Amino acid sequence: MSNFKKFAAKSHLGSTLVLIVISALWLLPTFGLLITSMRESTEAQTTGWWNAITHFTPDSWTLQAFSSVMSNDGLGSSIISSFAVTLPATILPLLLAAYAAYGFTFLVFKGREFIFSILIGLLVIPLQGALVPVLKLFLKFTAITGIEISGQYAAAWFVHAAFAMPLAVYILRNYMMSIPVPLIEAAKVDGASNFTIFWRLVLPISVPALASFAIFQFLWVWNDYLVAFVFVGNDHPVLTYKLLAMLGQYGEGWQSVAAGSFISMSVPLLVFFSLQRYFIRGLTAGAVK
Amino acid sequence: MKDFLVAIQAIVVGVVSTMLLFWLGNKIVEALPSKIRKTLQPWVFIGPVVVLISLFLIYPTLQSIWLSFMEEEIDGSTTWVGLQNYKDIFGDANFRTMLVNNLMWITIVPIIVVSLGVVIAQFANNVGPKREKFFKSAIFMPMAISFVSAATIWRLIYSYIPEGQSQTGLLNALWVGFGGTPQTWLQLEGFKLNNIFLMIIFIWLNVGFAMVLMSAAIKAVPEDTIEAGRMDGASPTQLFFRIILPQIWGTALSVFITVLIGSMKIFDIVLAMTGGNYHTNVLAQNFYNEYFIYGNTGKAMATVVVLIALIAPVMTYQVRHYRKMDMLR
Repeated sequence: MSNFKKFAAKSHLGSTLVLIVISALWLLPTFGLLITSMRESTEAQTTGWWNAITHFTPDSWTLQAFSSVMSNDGLGSSIISSFAVTLPATILPLLLAAYAAYGFTFLVFKGREFIFSILIGLLVIPLQGALVPVLKLFLKFTAITGIEISGQYAAAWFVHAAFAMPLAVYILRNYMMSIPVPLIEAAKVDGASNFTIFWRLVLPISVPALASFAIFQFLWVWNDYLVAFVFVGNDHPVLTYKLLAMLGQYGEGWQSVAAGSFISMSVPLLVFFSLQRYFIRGLTAGAVK
Repeated sequence: MKDFLVAIQAIVVGVVSTMLLFWLGNKIVEALPSKIRKTLQPWVFIGPVVVLISLFLIYPTLQSIWLSFMEEEIDGSTTWVGLQNYKDIFGDANFRTMLVNNLMWITIVPIIVVSLGVVIAQFANNVGPKREKFFKSAIFMPMAISFVSAATIWRLIYSYIPEGQSQTGLLNALWVGFGGTPQTWLQLEGFKLNNIFLMIIFIWLNVGFAMVLMSAAIKAVPEDTIEAGRMDGASPTQLFFRIILPQIWGTALSVFITVLIGSMKIFDIVLAMTGGNYHTNVLAQNFYNEYFIYGNTGKAMATVVVLIALIAPVMTYQVRHYRKMDMLR
């Protein structure tokens, strides 16, 4: 073997080259968005983003678009709205799901398999199927009690929490199945009630699974458009809602929409890259089994 | 800022009140005679979730099915029209186009996503942990992006400027660079090309998911089975197809089904790219158009029911599969 061939085999040159090409292809679209968001307005309208690099001049680069979408388009308040929808919709279902997962894993009762099968079935049901009647339910509730739900954050919290339940219970139950039963039995012999076992033993052990689900749910709710559109709408426009409106208008140009998209992506990307390990663990737990 | 405080408040109130709910439920049940306690206690744990999914998932879905046989007036009153809504939608050529489009999505997208995922995972497995991590992150990254942001990203690629002017879209710039005339990619209906361009976005978003799961499966293949093949003089290609592939088949199938369900329910990309125009409409998008744009409840619900009916076989498969897995534990 020649020296080059030896070097190539040792450093896995072939595989690395293939992966460089694929990764470059995968990153290129997002890279284009980033460049576009930092371009001067007229240039962004008349030439492709690669011109900012091939015909580089310092004048054609500006962060103007970021400050203008934050103030003029009210993207700043949309960021708050997105957080206001996402944080409770992520945290509130956790405890409910953990409780139910405990019940499905460690307690024996009639109809357990049946109810859990329904839950599995609901994993794949399109949420469009439930949307309209839930909307009507909220309106009816308002008509009777006078309490406004639809158009408020609370509507989105309820809906997201309910729609997340099947997956949450499924992931948590899968995880809890790996907790050795003798451990639970020993605690019972010592006189601990189910309530105590759940709080002192099972919940602390399940933290990795809770974290995986929380990341899933955070990304899902943050990136959701449909539920935000139907239940929160124009009163508190979240980022996806605002961006789609901007995308439809075109008035402000590519650099604005690109800057807006980049701002909305930055939060999930940050969550994703800092907690990637948990996220991947959750994926493998949810699907491989 | 006020909204942010509302959210924090909701979290605190929500967490405290659910804790109280469970604590109280538990206290009451513990005070009961042991026989009743044994039957009731599980319901303290699963009760709230059962109520939540009954109220917000099961009951509404059944009501959607009921509404698909109704005609709704503006004042909200409904009259029974039997199968009329279904006759209407199936009689519409556009609806049949949608069915064809959905069928295209589920036949093309899952197979490409899974194959690409397997191939990339196999390559990434060869290059050592540092590079593997880097390349995987790059390919996985789009999973964190919303459909709306993805639409912005890909509009920058598919955009069209009339001939003679500088092209701002990457695809047209390349196309013109190779001597073509600028194309309106998302309006190309020949061979349903515009549908394919939408699918590319979905594939771009989802290959990372397949790659991660397939990579985990490949790493779980016992080293000695591969070593045995190598001893017998199998080539790398043979090793992959004869030894690795059969052992990761189960994972590949479950990834395939997950992606299949996702592409069956495809909505956001179509909404943000074409709104269902130029014959790119799909069932979930049609539901949105019928209900929120045309205010046609009956037809919207009939569309949803068709979508549910098409997913139902996959659902029964999932439930059966889960039960089988559960027996093995």
